[in-house]
Order: sequence, then C-alpha cells, then structure tokens
Amino acid sequence: MKHTISVLLQNKPGVLSRVTGLFSGRGFNIESLSVAETLEPTISCLTLVTRGDEAIIEQITKQLHKLIDVIKVTDISDSEYVEREMVLIRVKAEAQTRAEVLRVIDIFRGKVVDVSPKSYAVEVTGSASKVQAIIDLLKPIGIQEIVRTGTIAMARASKK
Amino acid sequence: MEKISGSQAIIRCLQEEGVKIIFGFPGGAVIDLFDALMDSDITNVLVRHEQGAVHAADGLARVTGEVGVALLTSGPGATNGVTAIATAYMDSIPMVILTGQVPTALIGNDAFQEVDIVGITRPCTKHNYLVKDAKDLVPTLREAFHIARTGRPGPVLVDLPKDIVAKMIDFPEKKPIRMQNYQPTYEPHPGQIEKACKQIIKAKNPVLYVGGGVILSNANEELTELARKLNIPVTMTLMGLGGFPGSDPLSMGMLGMHGSYTANMAVAHSDLLIAVGARFDDRVTGRLDAFAPHATIIHIDIDPTSISKNVKVDIPIVADCKHALIAMNTWFNTASDFNREQVAASHEPWRATIDEWTKKHPMSYLDEGEIIKPQYVIQKLDELTHGNAIITTEVGQNQMWAAQFYKFNKPRQWATSGGLGTMGYGLPAAIGAKMAFPEKTVIDVAGDGSIQMNIQELATAKQYKCPVKVAILNNNYLGMVRQWQELFYNKRYAGTIMEVTPDFVLLAQAYGAVGLRATKKSEVEAVIKEALATDNTVIMDFAIAREECVFPMVPAGKATTEMLLV
Ligand SMILES: Cc1ncc(C[n+]2csc(CCOP(=O)(O)OP(=O)(O)O)c2C)c(N)n1
Ligand SMILES: [Mg+2]
Repeated sequence: MKHTISVLLQNKPGVLSRVTGLFSGRGFNIESLSVAETLEPTISCLTLVTRGDEAIIEQITKQLHKLIDVIKVTDISDSEYVEREMVLIRVKAEAQTRAEVLRVIDIFRGKVVDVSPKSYAVEVTGSASKVQAIIDLLKPIGIQEIVRTGTIAMARASKK
Repeated sequence: MEKISGSQAIIRCLQEEGVKIIFGFPGGAVIDLFDALMDSDITNVLVRHEQGAVHAADGLARVTGEVGVALLTSGPGATNGVTAIATAYMDSIPMVILTGQVPTALIGNDAFQEVDIVGITRPCTKHNYLVKDAKDLVPTLREAFHIARTGRPGPVLVDLPKDIVAKMIDFPEKKPIRMQNYQPTYEPHPGQIEKACKQIIKAKNPVLYVGGGVILSNANEELTELARKLNIPVTMTLMGLGGFPGSDPLSMGMLGMHGSYTANMAVAHSDLLIAVGARFDDRVTGRLDAFAPHATIIHIDIDPTSISKNVKVDIPIVADCKHALIAMNTWFNTASDFNREQVAASHEPWRATIDEWTKKHPMSYLDEGEIIKPQYVIQKLDELTHGNAIITTEVGQNQMWAAQFYKFNKPRQWATSGGLGTMGYGLPAAIGAKMAFPEKTVIDVAGDGSIQMNIQELATAKQYKCPVKVAILNNNYLGMVRQWQELFYNKRYAGTIMEVTPDFVLLAQAYGAVGLRATKKSEVEAVIKEALATDNTVIMDFAIAREECVFPMVPAGKATTEMLLV
C-alpha cells in the first residue's frame, strides 16, 4: 500500500541524509520526497511517499521517529488528506500538434510557462495520479524533458 | 567571566559528567585536547590502536553502567575507531566518542587527514555532531552525554574541528537538558501492565526471555523478584547473561543458536513469552515462524522500533525495563483477586517438564582424558574465580563456551560483542573493565585468531599496570568458521587454518607480560591458579581439542527445536 508520510525535522545540515540513509540502510523504498522550510525557519517539513505492508510502514514511522533530529512523524494517509504535485513538462509542439497540446493542457488546467518555436514548457499541478495522466497523454506527442516535485500533502482539517 | 579555551571547556564538561578515565590516541587535530587533559585529574589512557580505545571505553561502560569516553584524532584515527563504534551501537552501550577534525576553513577540501566521520558513522551511532561554532561546544557535549545514557543507550560521536577547540569561550552554566524532539518513554502504560499481568496469571507454560535491556536498565533485581514470586523459568540472550542468576534453579541458561536444549525447548512449548529488553535477534529466534509458535508474546522495550520488528507482539509495553518490572511487581503485590501462591504452584508441572529436558540433554561435553576440552577450562575459570570475575570475550567458539559454561550470577560481569560479533573486542574491553575496577579479576576469554586482532593492547595493559588475564582457547583454527565448514561445507577448511601462529608465551614475554601454557588437562588448574596469583598481565595459552564444536547448535535458518546436540 502507498503511504504519504509527513515528517517535521530540525532544519540542520545532514538531517536529510539521516532520513535517506535510514531508508537505504534498511531497504525501505522512497517513491518521492520533498522537503522545505516551515514557518519556523529552524524546522523543515518533509513529505515522503513510500510503499509497504502494515508492518513495514510501522517500522518506517518508528524508525523515523527514533532519529534524534526528527520532531514529528505523521502517516497522513491514515486520515483524509489533500496531496499535490507539480510537474514541468517540455513537450514537442510543432505546427500540427500545437493545438492538440494546448487542448490537453487546458483540460488539466495547466499553464504554458515557456514557448519556443518547436516546444512548450507546461506547468501542471494536481494529485500524483492527475500528473501521471497528463504525462501519459503527452507522451505520444513527444515529451522532451520532465521535472516533478514529488508529492506534498496536508491532512484535512476536521469537519467538526 | 573568565574565558577558557574550547579544549579546556571540553575537559570541564567531561568532569561535570563524572568521567574519570578516557581512552585515546593523539594526532595533529587533537593535540590541544591532549594538552588540556594533562592538567586535569582525568586519567588519559594511551592505547596502541584507536579500535582499542573505543573498545576499552565500551568495556568500562558495560561493567560500570557509566558513559565510556574515547578521544581519537581526525582521519585515520577516527576511521580506525569505526568498528568499535559499530560494536557499541549494536549492543546499545552508552559512549561518547570525541574525534578531532581539520579546521573548519579546510572542511570539504580533502585536507590532510580529513574524513567525513559524521557521515561515516551516521548509521552506527545513536547520534552524532560536527561542532562548527565554539559557543556550541559545551551544549553539544552535554547533549551528547544525555543522549548516550538515556533511553536506549548508544554511542554518540562529536567531531571537533581544530580551530573550534582552540577558541576562547565562556563556560556556560549547566541547565537541565530538555529536547523537544527526544523524549524516551520510561514509564509503562498502566493499562498494558495490567493486561500483561493478567495474561501471566492465565499462563500455564510461561517463559521469561531476558535480553541486554535488563542489564542496561539495572533491572536484574526486579526481574529476579518477578521470576521467583511467580515461579517463572528464565532464559537469557547472550547480552542478557547475568540479568538473572545463572545458578538459580529457575535459570535455563542461554537460548538461541548455541543456547541450551532446555531453553530452546521451553520457548518452543511456552504459551506465554515475556520478552524483557530483548530484540528477537535472528541468532535467538532461528526460523521465525517456528519461534515460540504457541505463545502469546509480551514485549517490554524502551525502543519502540524493537517491538513487532521481527515477531508480532500481542502485548507491547514501551518502557524502561526497570520501571515496567517495578510496575508489574507492584501489580502482583497489590492485586486482590489473585492468589500468588496458587499461580506459582500452578507452574510446577511446567517446571517438571523443563527439568526433564535438562535431564535428557544437560549442557555437557565429552571428556577425553588428558586432552584439554575448552568447556573444562571455562568451568575451571568459573570455579577458581568463584564465579566473581569480570569476563570479556573475543568472538567465535571461545565466546560461546564462555557464555555456556561460566555461571554469571550478577549483571555487569560480562562484556562480549553480541550484535556485531567483533573479533578483537575482548582484550581492550578487559583493559577498560580493569581500569574501572582495579580490585576485580578481569579475564578475556580469547581465541587464537581473535586475540591477534588487538594484541598490541598488551602494551597498554603493561603501561597502566593493568593486570588483565587472557585465556586463549587455542585450537589453531578460526574455530567457529571451521565448525560451520565441518558441518555444512563438507569439511573444506577454506581460510580457517592458521598455519602460522605466534608462540603466545614468548609473545607475552616480549610485552613484559607473563606467558603460561597448558597442553594437558591436568595442567589447566595450575596454570589458572598461577595466572590469578600473578600481579602482572598474563596470557594463558590452552592447547585445546582442535576440532571441538560448540553444541547445541541450531543451524542458521532452522527452527530452534532442530538442534544439533553433543
Ligand atoms: C572482525 C571479524 N572478522 C571476522 C569475523 C568472522 N569470524 C567469526 S568467529 C571467527 C573465528 C574466530 O577464531 P578464533 O578467535 O580463533 O576463535 P575460535 O572460534 O577458534 O574460538 C571468525 C573469523 C568476525 N566475527 N569478526
Ligand atoms: Mg581459534
């Protein structure tokens, strides 16, 4: 099962390598990872997407928590949450495909952020599956370059 | 306030933490620290190899329960320490390792004797630091000691650039350490304690499975109280030896790969396994699905990651072993709807079954006239030291025989590399132990192979008038590996025959120590007696039955009931 785990950690040099070292050392996999400062500059928030059965996810969260520089570990996928990923895609856009590309981008509410005579650079934001869907659609037209941010996620506020 | 140098501040921190002895080896990056140490009351033991320094600090930590400290220089000094740091990490030994580092301006430049020791030791320390600002020196050191000794203990490394320790700083006042992100759970959840106790009352065939956590948390008395009160048989891991008196009728000895027949059978037939400070290591469990297959499992451990890591636990208790056992004892002492005598008596049939197993296959070996059996040597060591010596070991058959045949009745008289199995551990660890307790007899039970890995520390022992005794069970083989080859590799002794071995008696003499040799069983006792009576470092070289194997043995990956017996 896919899990999205959110980790608050000290914003200090070397902390990220403690996390990635833990994953490689113990054979856990990381599908994506994204990290940046929080409102509090001494603390970073790291979102990682991983896969594993219940026992593995339990080990992952416990092992993360055991790292001294880790402040809080939440398996966001335990509850309702929103996830987003952004992708930049440079797609071939020549005379005969330009319209087609723009239509696809429009359906996905994407934006063209760079234009050249033979290509568009496109920005799309959405869930990981939406991002995957537009990539699949643009592939036959000709993707030249692609950069994904990896997933970030946030638990939904309680409805009460 | 008067300013002091960074290195003086570090020494003051060590004093604040109660450090009396540190083990070190100098180099350009730590000259300042060595210099400052000279003016302090801390004994600075100069070892002969950095691995020895860290093992010695580890030995001291294991026998005293205090934080062991080692001081190494940058680059090769630090990397030489890595094996020993990993050794301490695997066995959760509280240590602080100080390493010198090149000046901050040179870090990252491939400077002379620069190595990223924080990067290298990240996976084998509980935590580590590179101090980049002199004002962080003291707080970092205090935090390092705090982390090393609290929660599940472990080694913490602090890397100290040369320019940082040379700076003049104010020595900040000591404040209680509060770390938002590090707060180990000491107190058990009362609901879990009650659940566990009720389960114990219900059990017919309970077993206490005791690991190193009981030693680390000084919980041996509480454990003994629980076992005796409720008449529960006890087995210990390699790390747990001494956590419960080995001569007690309730003791089944060690379990696992070279555990007793009784202990392994008892676990396999138990209906309740109470794991206390143990971690279901593969050397203990054998084939996982056949480990304690009928048992409900209670697991007490301060480290949540240990719980349900290998074996699914029914009643987890995250807590310090001592606190949890106190809570359980209190529950049993005060619970009204339960009759303690009745519960204890209800385990009698179980104990009878266990006694039958012991009668059928006691811990034993075949006596062969004048040939020296290694087990006999250990039994004699036990007898002639009245079971009171501190025993350290090397790794291999020698280690297992020591574990099987010395009766450890008290905690902290046993220091062995369990998790990592580091050959070369025993001699420096013995020196560390002896430096801590000069009045106690300290014996390193060694193999002829392992002892050569840190033999240079004989010079350290001599220099510091540290009369440790080394008992080499000399089979002229890398015996444990040879045993596997004998049993599972058609007796193809690839790389296990040591065709050249030094004359250990002459070698001892070369270091100014005493060398003694026994080649016949009838000489063993006299050699041990002489060694114990000699006020000098002694090597005893016992020419043992060369192809003796350690039994029982559970072949790797087999169920623990599938033991090869004597
Ligand atoms: C540093 C290190 N290298 C290799 C091993 C693998 N190993 C385990 S036991 C053993 C043999 C040890 O030989 P010896 O010290 O003579 O002990 P014996 O088994 O003969 O008693 C070896 C090579 C190890 N445990 N540690
Ligand atoms: Mg040997």
